Amino acid sequence: MPNRIEIALKEGVRDARGERIKREIEHFLHLPVDTVSTIDVYTVDAAFSPDELEQAAAGPFCDPVIQFWSIDRPLASGFDYAVEVGFRPGVTDNVGRTAREALAYLTGRPFSEGEGVYYAVQYLLKGTLTPADVERITTGLLCNTLIQRYSILGAPEFVARRGFSALAPRVTGSTTAAVREIDLEVSDEELMRISKDGVLALTLDEMQIIQAHYRDQKVVAERRKVGLGPKPTDVELECLAQTWSEHCKHKIFAGTVQYEDENGNTQEIKSLFKSFIQRTTKDVREKLGDRDFCLSVFKDNAGVIRFNNTHSLVFKVETHNSPSALDPYGGALTGIVGVNRDPFGTGQGSKLIFNTDVFCFADPFYAKPLPSRLLHPRRIYEGVIEGVEHGGNKSGIPTVNGSIVFDERFAGKPLVFCGTAGLMPAEVNGQPGHDKYIKPGDLIVMTGGRIGKDGIHGATFSSEELNENSPVTAVQIGDPITQKRMFDFLIRARDKGLYRFITDNGAGGLSSSIGEMAGECGGCRMDLSLAPLKYPGLNPWEILISEAQERMSLAVPPEQVEAFLAMAGRFGVEATVLGEFTDSGVFHMTYGERTVAWLPMEFMHEGLPPMQLPAKWTPPRHDEPAFEEKADYTEDLKQLLSALNICSKESVVRRYDHEVQGGSVIKPFTGVANDGPSDAAVVRPILESFEGVVTAHGICPRYSDIDTYHMTANAVDEALRNYVAVGGSLELVAGLDNFCWCDPVLSEKTPDGPYKMAQLVRSNQALYDVCMVYNLPLISGKDSMKNDFYDGTTKISIPPTLLFSVIGKIDDARKAVTMDVKQPGDLVYLLGCTANELGASEYFTMKGVIGNNVPRVDAPAAYARYRAYHEAVLQGLVASCHDLSDGGLAVAAAESAFAGGFGMKIDLSRVPWKGTEEGWSDQALLFSESASRLLVTVKKEHAEAFEAIMGDDGCSRIGVVIEEQILGIEAIEGHDVIMADLVELKEAWQKTLREL
Amino acid sequence: MANTRAIVITGNGTNCEMEAAHACRLGGFDEAVIAHIAEILSGDIRLDDFHFLNLTGGFLDGDDLGSAKAQANRLKHATVAGTCEKLVEQFSRFIRDGKLILGVCNGFQLMVKMGMLPGFDGKYLAQSVTLTHNDCGRFQDRWTYLKVDPASPSVFTRGIEKGIYLPMRHGEGKFLCDSDATLERIEREHLAAFKYCGPDYAAATMEFPANPNGSVNAIAGICDPTGRLMGLMPHPEAFVHYTQHPRWTREQLPEEGDGLILYKNAAEYVRKNLV
Repeated sequence: MPNRIEIALKEGVRDARGERIKREIEHFLHLPVDTVSTIDVYTVDAAFSPDELEQAAAGPFCDPVIQFWSIDRPLASGFDYAVEVGFRPGVTDNVGRTAREALAYLTGRPFSEGEGVYYAVQYLLKGTLTPADVERITTGLLCNTLIQRYSILGAPEFVARRGFSALAPRVTGSTTAAVREIDLEVSDEELMRISKDGVLALTLDEMQIIQAHYRDQKVVAERRKVGLGPKPTDVELECLAQTWSEHCKHKIFAGTVQYEDENGNTQEIKSLFKSFIQRTTKDVREKLGDRDFCLSVFKDNAGVIRFNNTHSLVFKVETHNSPSALDPYGGALTGIVGVNRDPFGTGQGSKLIFNTDVFCFADPFYAKPLPSRLLHPRRIYEGVIEGVEHGGNKSGIPTVNGSIVFDERFAGKPLVFCGTAGLMPAEVNGQPGHDKYIKPGDLIVMTGGRIGKDGIHGATFSSEELNENSPVTAVQIGDPITQKRMFDFLIRARDKGLYRFITDNGAGGLSSSIGEMAGECGGCRMDLSLAPLKYPGLNPWEILISEAQERMSLAVPPEQVEAFLAMAGRFGVEATVLGEFTDSGVFHMTYGERTVAWLPMEFMHEGLPPMQLPAKWTPPRHDEPAFEEKADYTEDLKQLLSALNICSKESVVRRYDHEVQGGSVIKPFTGVANDGPSDAAVVRPILESFEGVVTAHGICPRYSDIDTYHMTANAVDEALRNYVAVGGSLELVAGLDNFCWCDPVLSEKTPDGPYKMAQLVRSNQALYDVCMVYNLPLISGKDSMKNDFYDGTTKISIPPTLLFSVIGKIDDARKAVTMDVKQPGDLVYLLGCTANELGASEYFTMKGVIGNNVPRVDAPAAYARYRAYHEAVLQGLVASCHDLSDGGLAVAAAESAFAGGFGMKIDLSRVPWKGTEEGWSDQALLFSESASRLLVTVKKEHAEAFEAIMGDDGCSRIGVVIEEQILGIEAIEGHDVIMADLVELKEAWQKTLREL
Repeated sequence: MANTRAIVITGNGTNCEMEAAHACRLGGFDEAVIAHIAEILSGDIRLDDFHFLNLTGGFLDGDDLGSAKAQANRLKHATVAGTCEKLVEQFSRFIRDGKLILGVCNGFQLMVKMGMLPGFDGKYLAQSVTLTHNDCGRFQDRWTYLKVDPASPSVFTRGIEKGIYLPMRHGEGKFLCDSDATLERIEREHLAAFKYCGPDYAAATMEFPANPNGSVNAIAGICDPTGRLMGLMPHPEAFVHYTQHPRWTREQLPEEGDGLILYKNAAEYVRKNLV
């Protein structure tokens, strides 16, 4: 019988967790509740003496200053309802795991197989609530029923039953090591049923290719030699499904596109990836010649570029959208700790130096009905933010840059982009740090967490399939501490030369990591029965494809394996030899001595023909609004500053540690009160040096409503101009593309596939065009192509979204520039021309229209401007610089002014204009989002030198910084078109999300 | 003359070891060794060989049982390999030998939960104070003004005029005592070396966000009566150069950051008294 240890707060100690729940109940569910208090519950399912349990309760589990404890006796009192929430069987329980370790240290006795400690929280609600209210509070706030379970007891019942009974959510099951054979000599309908029922996501074409492979007599003969019949095993079929999945194989980006533009011109594109993304990098590198700084692109888990003579930079950005839609906290946490493994598993391994996060959500204040299976945007907002907070902070990696983008369509699928950069020695043990290789005979070693049923088949299952004792398979919960321990060990093992090759275990688990590694040397033989499991009951196919987190796969030379395993043991990291790499040409899996999968490497990796994808571009036409010119836009400006996409995100950003590791130079917030929004981040990864790494990003999904070509061009430009604004060098900067699209493959469910596919083509075209001019090689990226919600009646597709991230260098971080104005009397310059480009702007969105005049990037002019500006930065001529983006000039000027604590006077008639007189209006000058513009302030004594460097092209002195705390903008006609107190502007900007 | 040697313990979720070691070197230590707890438990590295122990920031064991609780338990019960010595004995000896310990953030949490602070009457393993969840209920990263108690016996705060400006980055930094008597004694003996205050370093404050967690008496850091053991929630190692200051692009600042003085004082003390 398990024992329950309860820990409660002493009388008079504030219960911050309970208070927060109370606020959320009132805020979101609009239910009145008097108090909420909480109790921690540890269910110990192991053989310990009463004395040992008391020592544990009084020792590691309880803080004697503020808490008290009990064993097998409920502590709750003074409540109307008690709700206890714990994890379902098999779900990662980090607190339970730590509690178990603490007990083992305390007693000096390790746990035996099947024993464990499980954590739960008891919420005590007091107030006039109905049972239905409590049910709503529980399922709506306290418990995600996908991964957690709950029980509710009213006070009388609680007393009668003497509280909750001790329940250990142990996974029950036994290992049978079953391997099924699947008969593919069946009808096409039956093939599709096999694919669908098995959640294999293989198309009929793909199933037929597999069918043909198994009919090949040579294959049959070879299989006979290893004791396999002619039919594929479930291990083989599952492995192929993983390897060939859209997620792993990027079939859409690799497919053949028949593209037709608006004029009926047709073009066949063989692989968007090769034709645009890879070609961008290749062509930029050729253009750079001797100045090329790319070291490893597209072939590893992350891209690698040179930083200086001794170190290289590594960067990767990933998405974790579907899991975050189901379990926002666990999905996002897994997203961030998952992307950490990419730079860590690049080359011979890198030290992680910063994270970046970009989230796309629907309005957290959304008040309309939602399809029943969707979580409320507010819950997604809370969960994702907290998940990334825990993942980043606990891993000791500063979160230095990010943003939150809002659009109603992200209710269908939130986007959670997580990026991580690393720093690696240019040389490790005499070899380039970014290189690695495998020799046949090297051992397959897995380190880190154990394998469970987590993440099997990703997110495609439905919750009805669950029963009380079946582990949840869709969602993983990251465990940053297990991963941190592993990294602490591996980085030391790297420096000792104890392994030859390292990679991450992510999507597809071992099937993917070992499958790819085997490609390096031409084969492998792995015994799945050796893999360490979280609990019994996994069949070989499950062991092979489980996406259980916190694992790395390595190739360890046989002569080093003893030292490697011994060191792992000392560092408390599990490491297991699973087999060896070979040059047999075969991906060979056994379970003990028995062969369970035998797949020729060539068939696994080259067996799939490209997908055929139709694409037809028909430019959308929107109504062109004609707004009357107003005499005063002050109210419009305040309203814009409060808009979700523009307002301050400080309440979120302050929850992320952006300074750990000590290298922070430009922080997310700057200015006289530490609350102005920085354009980009600068960090010094080597504390003894002033060389800085600069990172920034661009994202503007709204422009996709007009044309994804311009959406993409603007995203690239926004990223680079943010980067340039703080002082990033154009000599060493690279880009990463993350595409999040709605399904562009023509089908019954997606009749508009050709349009969405054309949007993808156009986006790729722009990526190439702009990056070529900006000398931006693409070093890594990712695509997520199925961001739709469909429940049979309602379909919500996200707007096509490109996140463009840049990473580069500032030679001397002490020259970095921030966005806050510095002193009265400084001159205000606008760099770049403004045009009548209000289409899909924040201003038009606020007015409820789209329009057609999307901002267009003049890349050559912009690049010349950025180069000149950077020269001015190097000469120390720039006092402040802020990029113009959402909300245009008016918003940028307001932000720079209130961040710096000084007012600003601006004359719109001095703003450089591009285009005809027709659209020339105060409205366009104030709010147009024309690309490539920077608002700069310069000390008077530097004005001449600054103007000389910038030249006349689109550089104009438009105003001055003033002592008085106002933003005053003069219209073309000379009257004040905006006249506002800075305090009011700042309040408008800060109030929207302050309380969230 | 012998080297002055600082050690920074890392592992199981400690995160600030690199910048803490950097601050020790900048502060004047001849050596600053980052030691993984595994290397200490294996007996490869011994605390006895060092003069200044840094327990620094992070999330030991994910703060899963409450901040630093699991590590406090580990240090108390784990045995050094190949010996029958409990690790905690190395700590006790380190303190007895008159050496210095600085706990920052998670390290401060560890010190109070092991009972090393406030260390009344030479009792360094009896918990009487704690650090718990911020009143705002959330992790916060923001810069705070810390007023120094000039009468404090702390070795680390010597020479600080009014106070220093440092970032705090924690979710569990609210300082509480087990009784009024404990709090009174801390105040009476001037052990509350740092208190949260406004930009003028005048009065201590209970107002958020200047006092970011609601600590009783605005206490941000305390020392033991000898002044050789100290812990604080804000991060001195995170402000040793002006470029780390949030407003360095708009203010004239000295080259050295405010936090460096703690490490300089430690190095000077070690040089004068321990080598």
